[in-house]
Amino acid sequence: MIARRDFLQMAMATSALYGASAFGNWGRLTAQQTLSQDELLQFETFGNVSLIHVTDIHAQLKPIYFREPEINIGVGSNRGQVPHITGADFRAAYGIAQNSRAAYALTYEDFASLAKGYGRVGGLDRVATVVKAIRAARPDALLLDGGDTWHGSYTCYHTQGQDMVNAMNALKPDAMTFHWEFTLGSERVNDIVQTLPFAALGQNIFDAEWDEPAELFPPYSFFERGGVKVAVIGQAFPYMPIANPGWMFPEYSFGIRDERMQEMVDEVRAAGAELVVCLSHNGFDVDKQMAARVTGLDVILSGHTHVALPEPYIGNDTLVVASGSNGKFVSRVDLDVQKGRVLGFRHKLIPIFSDVIAPDPDMSALIEAERAPYLDAMSEVIGETGEDQTLYRRGNFNGTWDDLICEALISERDADISMSPGVRWGPSILPGQKITREDIWNVTSMTYPEAYRSEMTGEFLHVILEDVADNLFNPDPYYQQGGDMVRVGGLGYRIDVNKPQGERITDMTLLKSGERIDPSKSYVVAGWASVNEGTEGPPIWEVVENHIHKQGVISMPENTSVQIKGA
Amino acid sequence: MTLSRRDFMTVTGCAVAFSGLAALPAHASLVDEQIKAFTGGAEIGQGGIELDAPEIAENGNTVPINVSAPGAASIMLLASGNPVPSVATFNFGPLSGARAGSTRIRLIKTQDVVAIAKMEDGTFKMTQATVKVTIGGCGG
Repeated sequence: MIARRDFLQMAMATSALYGASAFGNWGRLTAQQTLSQDELLQFETFGNVSLIHVTDIHAQLKPIYFREPEINIGVGSNRGQVPHITGADFRAAYGIAQNSRAAYALTYEDFASLAKGYGRVGGLDRVATVVKAIRAARPDALLLDGGDTWHGSYTCYHTQGQDMVNAMNALKPDAMTFHWEFTLGSERVNDIVQTLPFAALGQNIFDAEWDEPAELFPPYSFFERGGVKVAVIGQAFPYMPIANPGWMFPEYSFGIRDERMQEMVDEVRAAGAELVVCLSHNGFDVDKQMAARVTGLDVILSGHTHVALPEPYIGNDTLVVASGSNGKFVSRVDLDVQKGRVLGFRHKLIPIFSDVIAPDPDMSALIEAERAPYLDAMSEVIGETGEDQTLYRRGNFNGTWDDLICEALISERDADISMSPGVRWGPSILPGQKITREDIWNVTSMTYPEAYRSEMTGEFLHVILEDVADNLFNPDPYYQQGGDMVRVGGLGYRIDVNKPQGERITDMTLLKSGERIDPSKSYVVAGWASVNEGTEGPPIWEVVENHIHKQGVISMPENTSVQIKGA
Repeated sequence: MTLSRRDFMTVTGCAVAFSGLAALPAHASLVDEQIKAFTGGAEIGQGGIELDAPEIAENGNTVPINVSAPGAASIMLLASGNPVPSVATFNFGPLSGARAGSTRIRLIKTQDVVAIAKMEDGTFKMTQATVKVTIGGCGG
């Protein structure tokens, strides 16, 4: 349908992230003088349908810093394939110059110094400006939200997601699908969804008791755009009751259900759909595999794994578009659809450089109103980072934010070993930056925050590491959950990612004594974000705040406790 | 102190709602015996039988399984990793409409669920699906 060569020509001609010239470590002003809003938004409107994709905003209403992963290992057929390339390899694959704005947006290299030059990214008021500009060029553009929207900040927690619902309603999406939203509890989710002025989609959201499609979440919705009948099919996160506490939404069941996806595609095609779009929270590798197995999907708008790609991936005549996270990017995809076929497309991953894109005044006012009641509490400065200390999370293994959280758990909960979940959300903090309460909540906010303290045997610790590793490194993407490896403190280990489950993790060592972990011995373990009902302990943000407050200035040695083989 | 299973269920972090902690002995021989008893040692073909099972169980204690094989006289379901692998055998008469069955089964650990159909012409068809039983947690 679309030859790779045609596609590349189009991408080269249109992508904002191409052809960026190299910058040295220039000052902020110099870096930004070469950027303009017009240039970031420049797009020659194409064809007859426009899609706008945002996903995994994680309640980040304000501009933030976000460091992309340094370690992102692919296994099986995905080894060395996008999105499992980082840094210089990523730049080489997409022709991105070192130190360019695209390198800053899409890779981790020289993050702290580039961040000082290019500034913060995201902010829903900037996103609003971009959406309005696209709508000015194409008034009936479809705005689609991939979910993980009503989770992840101080205000989102305290309003049970209402701040994000209000802000997104003002942005007027046409459809949405879901993941972390369900951790608000099914009662709250049901209440909000019933009020939404747009479609809440999920072909894989089922009633758990009867194993039937859940009434509240239709599988798809039709839209007439540019004379084209467009079907948008929703695909929620498949493994919600496993990766998150199922007891918070016991009425619902999920799963990949790609056979039903095929049925839905056939059904909407039979009903006259000329363009079929899947709004997905599968994660990138799962979407790639689903594109290969399901026939007739023209576009998959991919979320969950926080992947940002400057070109769509194309497989089995399906475009897979990945739009990043935390409000850092907006994707625009223009399509030429004639007689039920996509004849061509134009795509642009628009980086939301917050100092370059003007905030939309209406959205700014709305955001400030949502934040006002909480501003004093969340602006309080708790500590600061040392001059060489960046705090970030994203990556297959511990980031520095995770190291700090694990250190806090050991110190505040008096434990030998600590564990922190391998979630992919949470903005970064630059060296020499004040750490506010809001910053701490940005990396810890959730509805099951209890920091437990308990004893576990060495054998059981091994079982946990093996189990989580298989959720990340199983060679079949359908068996992956899309999170990263559980982060550990006080414990070192070796991992061979290509081994089968049960054989990946070896040489587990208790760091404080240097002794091997004894399978039969018990260790005191502190952790948080247990998926079990009835977990007890103080909320993790209190634990981290107390620790940072005592430390004052955060400066941690490099973490070398995990040795990776087979990457 | 050693943790009892119940304590464990309430404390563990980033993970855990687990079954099948300890490695159980392989039950390959039991499965082979069951298959042999069902087929009488006849050759088993592939195709013509569909097994619908989740890739990862949301709850290992109740995993929904659907199986269908047009033209089947009976279909046997086995959970290859359970201490007792036999799950169910669905029998169909000449007046049966769909030759399909649905049930929910308990899986003690990650394993293959096996379905074997005895066709009306006396031939056999087999298929299997891996269902992962995991402690979970850590979803992005």
